[in-house]
Amino acid sequence: MSETTEPRKPARKKVELDPKLARYKGVWVFVEHERGQVHPVSWELMGEGRKLADKLGVELAGVVMGAPGEDTRTFCHQAMHHGADLCYLIADEVLRDYRNEPFTKGMTDLVNTWQPEILLIGATTLGRDLAGSVATTLKTGLTADCTELAIDMENRSLAATRPTFGGSLLCTIVTLNYRPQMATVRPRVMAMPKRDESRTGRIVEHPLGMIETAIITKVLEYIPDNLQGKPQLAFADIIVSGGRGMKKQENFQRIWDLAKVLGAEVGATRPIVQAGWVEADRQVGQSGKTVRPKLYIAAGISGAIQHRVGMEDSDVIIAINSDPNAPIFDFATYGIVGNAMVIVPALTDAFRQHLSTSRMAG
Amino acid sequence: MHIVVCIKQVPDSAQIRVHPVTNTIMRQGVPAIVNPYDLYSLEEALRLKDRYGGRVTVLSMGPPQAETALRKAISFGADEAILVTDRAFAGSDTLATSYALASAIRQIEKDIPVDLVFAGKQTIDGDTAQVGPGIAKRLDMRLLTYISKIRELDALHGTITVERRAEGGVQVLKTKLPCLVTVLEGTNEMRFATMNNMFRAARYPLKVWNKESAGIEDLTKIGLKGSPTIVSKVFAPSPKAVKAEIIDTESNQPKDLVVTLLAKLFTKKPDLAHDIAKNAP
Repeated sequence: MSETTEPRKPARKKVELDPKLARYKGVWVFVEHERGQVHPVSWELMGEGRKLADKLGVELAGVVMGAPGEDTRTFCHQAMHHGADLCYLIADEVLRDYRNEPFTKGMTDLVNTWQPEILLIGATTLGRDLAGSVATTLKTGLTADCTELAIDMENRSLAATRPTFGGSLLCTIVTLNYRPQMATVRPRVMAMPKRDESRTGRIVEHPLGMIETAIITKVLEYIPDNLQGKPQLAFADIIVSGGRGMKKQENFQRIWDLAKVLGAEVGATRPIVQAGWVEADRQVGQSGKTVRPKLYIAAGISGAIQHRVGMEDSDVIIAINSDPNAPIFDFATYGIVGNAMVIVPALTDAFRQHLSTSRMAG
Repeated sequence: MHIVVCIKQVPDSAQIRVHPVTNTIMRQGVPAIVNPYDLYSLEEALRLKDRYGGRVTVLSMGPPQAETALRKAISFGADEAILVTDRAFAGSDTLATSYALASAIRQIEKDIPVDLVFAGKQTIDGDTAQVGPGIAKRLDMRLLTYISKIRELDALHGTITVERRAEGGVQVLKTKLPCLVTVLEGTNEMRFATMNNMFRAARYPLKVWNKESAGIEDLTKIGLKGSPTIVSKVFAPSPKAVKAEIIDTESNQPKDLVVTLLAKLFTKKPDLAHDIAKNAP
């Protein structure tokens, strides 16, 4: 991603790809897993990768790296259920835990051997660690945190769109004379594709060629998170968020009250997190989490673009703001123009009442 | 112990506004700050210096104005500051930036060997998180990203033990120096600048390096030429075609408004009642 955002002219010109690079074919998605679970972002990317591969008329492959055993093969089959035509698999004991050195070697070896034109990786802590190292090793372009991926058919290039300047603007980035074209995408930005268990494909195994003694970094311990009480915004069905319109920290309790009635997670805008009213894990937006719940209630949130990019894909957005011209009303589903301090408690009562009647009705 | 901390001066993105008609960034009046994520790395480096002795060199690549960011770092207690600035770097993407910074670090190493390089987790303007890993790769250093704690630094044996944030937990990693570390936000709190250091920062003779003094060997690897990624288009997000349905009642009393809202909501999304019932206590 360029540090400058001044567009460069040659982008529209048809560029003849170096014949060596023209041999690069196919779209790849890195299948990230930890403790026996594939990260959902990998399947979201598989759905997106399917569309790109179809547009280009090429195959879609998953890349699975891990310790030998049932799990890695299962992940390959799951990759196919989510749209892959084939899977590249490196199964080696040194890949049991994620470490930068062996994973970077595995991925760069695979790319150099099989030469894909596009490589997509989830923008998780693991994915960003890996993507930066792989792109530098391969000396190719990497576009981070894309929100939209498309193919420019004029030169078969990946047009990766991402927010820039804190989300105030969007920019489209291309990697013309380098392969593979790499991009990372944050969790929940792309929709989860439908599973099709009837889909099958081939698994191509590849050796890692690295032994434990050659790897300098050692994993001493893994401490799983205690998820109890930790915010889980990314996959919540319902989120109630508050912004500066809540005025004072004590008023934010009204957000919590509504969330409690709905069994929802509490979210917030950046100023609220910076003021220390809620923990950083609850920030929704460009520098926080991207969410796509079934219902998002935005109370006292103006809807600045920094916040919008993190939540606009919610199924239903209810916006409460005293300013009828607030940008949030431009993209919410329903709006109430009014004081959030009054409307939120009224909404809490109304939902409570609705729930108790529907429960009585069975 | 010699620690190099890479920092970047960035526009305070919270204060950036887009011109409503021309869709261009209005830079005027937007204050430049040290990338907030870099401060966690700088503070961590200063703490290591406090504990184990040694020196902290801050390094930045950017326009001449980035001097301010480096002086700020000196005021917090860094020993030395180097600004790498040259028109030839303009338009560098992350691959080209990591090449330039890695070259500069090699130059720094000619004086005193470098044990640790710190970089911010990411910047608030680019948000890529790619330059740190890029520098590590180019210098063939071990990479430790998203570090929430440095458990132990064994200067004698040249090893470091850290806690690294993984998706579902914390990895405890041990590796050998030299390595590159990026620090997770909230890991520490930046110290206050002392009066002495503030005076020192004001008078500090900043080292300014151009491409030659930064040891750039291959001019095709920096600037636009050295950048595989090309920005082909910058645009404002398109407004949604359909605006919100504003709930309106005759009384406009909160109670009536929310009852009307709920009626519409559950008519449009009948499943939602089920989801709420499932989640609600």
